[in-house]
Amino acid sequence: MELTGAEILIRCLQEEQVEYVFGYPGGAVLFIYDALFQQDKVKHVLVRHEQAAVHAADGYARSSDRVGVALVTSGPGLTNAVTVIATAYMDSTPMVVISGQVPTGAIGEDAFQEVDAVGITRPCVKHNFLVKDVKDIASTIKKAFYLAKSGRPGPVLVDIPKDVSNHRTTFEYPASVMIRSYHPAGKGDSGQIRHAAQMLLGAKRPMIYAGGGVVLSDASAQLTGLVRLLGFPCTNTLMGLGGFPASDRHFVGMLGMHGTYEANMAMQHCDVLLAVGARFDDRVIGNVEHFAQMPRKIIHIDIDPSSIAKRVKVDLPIVGDVKLVLDELLDVLRSCRQAPDAAAMAAWWKQVEEWRAAGGEMRYKNSSEIIKPQFVIEKLHEITGGDAFITTDVGQHQMWTAQYYKFDKPRRWVTSGGLGTMGFGLPAAMGVQMVNPGATVACVTGEGSIQMNIQELSTCKQFHLPIKIVALNNGYLGMVRQWQEFFHGNRYSETYMNALPDFVKLAEAYGHVGMRIEKPADVEPALKEAFARRRDLVFMDFRTDPTENVYPMVPGGRGLSEIILAEEL
Amino acid sequence: MRHIISLLMENEAGALSRVAGLFSARGYNIESLSVAPTEDPTLSRMTIVTSGSDAVIEQINKQLNKLVDVAALIDLSEGEHLERELMLVKISAHSGNREELKRISDIFHGHIIDVSKHTCTIELTNTCAMLDSFLDAIDRDLILETVRTGASGIGRGERILKL
Repeated sequence: MELTGAEILIRCLQEEQVEYVFGYPGGAVLFIYDALFQQDKVKHVLVRHEQAAVHAADGYARSSDRVGVALVTSGPGLTNAVTVIATAYMDSTPMVVISGQVPTGAIGEDAFQEVDAVGITRPCVKHNFLVKDVKDIASTIKKAFYLAKSGRPGPVLVDIPKDVSNHRTTFEYPASVMIRSYHPAGKGDSGQIRHAAQMLLGAKRPMIYAGGGVVLSDASAQLTGLVRLLGFPCTNTLMGLGGFPASDRHFVGMLGMHGTYEANMAMQHCDVLLAVGARFDDRVIGNVEHFAQMPRKIIHIDIDPSSIAKRVKVDLPIVGDVKLVLDELLDVLRSCRQAPDAAAMAAWWKQVEEWRAAGGEMRYKNSSEIIKPQFVIEKLHEITGGDAFITTDVGQHQMWTAQYYKFDKPRRWVTSGGLGTMGFGLPAAMGVQMVNPGATVACVTGEGSIQMNIQELSTCKQFHLPIKIVALNNGYLGMVRQWQEFFHGNRYSETYMNALPDFVKLAEAYGHVGMRIEKPADVEPALKEAFARRRDLVFMDFRTDPTENVYPMVPGGRGLSEIILAEEL
Repeated sequence: MRHIISLLMENEAGALSRVAGLFSARGYNIESLSVAPTEDPTLSRMTIVTSGSDAVIEQINKQLNKLVDVAALIDLSEGEHLERELMLVKISAHSGNREELKRISDIFHGHIIDVSKHTCTIELTNTCAMLDSFLDAIDRDLILETVRTGASGIGRGERILKL
């Protein structure tokens, strides 16, 4: 029996066990929506803006091990999705985005709602396709899912012209996929792994630095096993949080621009550094030359060869899937019956603990008069038992959440790390809640970020998503204000958020519960009450100290050991 | 340092722009780029001439390899290789300089492929450097047009790039 392209597409999604498609209809995808309507296996989540569709698919993928799927129409539908596709690309989220396109005969004629989707997304997708023949839909969708999920994951766009979605052909879903020009890395080189084991065992001041690759590869157990076997200090990048349990004594906190003193100092002064699924980006190691001043041997495990030796020289590269490489490394270490130098380790840990003490952990001065944002996150961690799924937007609140919410499990922390996209938090939380029904999901945000996708409160109502919105409202675009305070002579150019809406009334207008919290004493009761409302979305508008800054801080362009602790300013 | 990178990629719409886009997006230098289908019509062979430090060249190779459409890649400059570029030059000619142009053309193994009342067009195939030398040997004011294909490269002997 012959099916239309649209029907074939939906059948492909069924074959891929797709549960939800996040999308927004339009002219070029009418046939696809018609095919969606006539089945009930693949459910559609109607968002209020295409940006939210892709962020939701992103949150869905990050908090599970599945591929997120979004569907948008041509032209503005696609361009609205570009920011979000770039967000997923920077953080390597496996995702398939399907966009409608004007009919093949109209392509290139500046037709209504026409945009070169493949061209405009090329720099921010793992790969993309324009399907010109209905016969190619099934094989292209198969390839898209395979590419999105395998190797270093990433978003894949499939652009389908309207006429192609209405042409007919027989449907057969390919059982397997082979792309001759694509060979994702699997196991690492055994010789290199044995060499790495020797380097690690010979280290006097070792450090393990683990990034988002650990989470993406589902290698938390392996990483935790390795750290505990060797007894080395371990730090996580922003993307890696939860990849190693924060409550473990080997954990020295997040590193980087707003990382802990001990993580940054240990990173700078170690003699052997094992980097696992991380990419030495500018927010992590600061000034490259400053970082390179210290002699240290670097072992770098990554599935993407282009991440290795991109910004820093690496002594021992291991290209491979983090999980497989760590498994083999653990085998080698266990079978060689050698242990790290105990005396050197004791001395190194003494030094690390001194840094930990000097850094004062993550301390701030609490107040009984005004709500400190850090206090809200500490209480959030306490009340949710550290077990919630947390999404954030971008800015000060994001850094405070990274610092004060101690993640013990992977995939609980969902944030836009690479691109730093404001407006990510709420729609991402929708995806998280869809794939984790019944779980506690909170979106920590600011009064600036939340307004970038506030319309999704409507989607949350329609789909009964009981997300808890923790808005740290300080009336400023806080992170920009902080930089203006430090580096631009307190000239707060356009960072004051005047004429804010009444968020309580706004939440209520969307049919949700709104709360305004203005006193420190009310923080805990408010959080308790909000999280006790299992079925409701609660918008908590915390009025926080507008002068609070995120510390510690490695100023842009400076080295890790040039970190500023709060009291120095 | 100058490098000649040769690659095989899927002969599909958009593949060329993925490569070209990569160079502009990451700020890599591109001196020339030439591309055409191979004996297997599903594959295109591309030669890219670029320059940069060893670290930059390493990244260029890795980033190119990361493109899904790129099937195989070789940095020809890392071993023995041959390099040829085709150039067509139209030169202002008159009875006084035709003989000299012919002589210079012969020295560079060029062919005069068109002559008109006031012009003469020479075809040359050689290394990029030899083509530059030819242009240096001609009075700049006489050159009316220069068309170059960019380098094509191939490994010597048994050095073969094939799927």
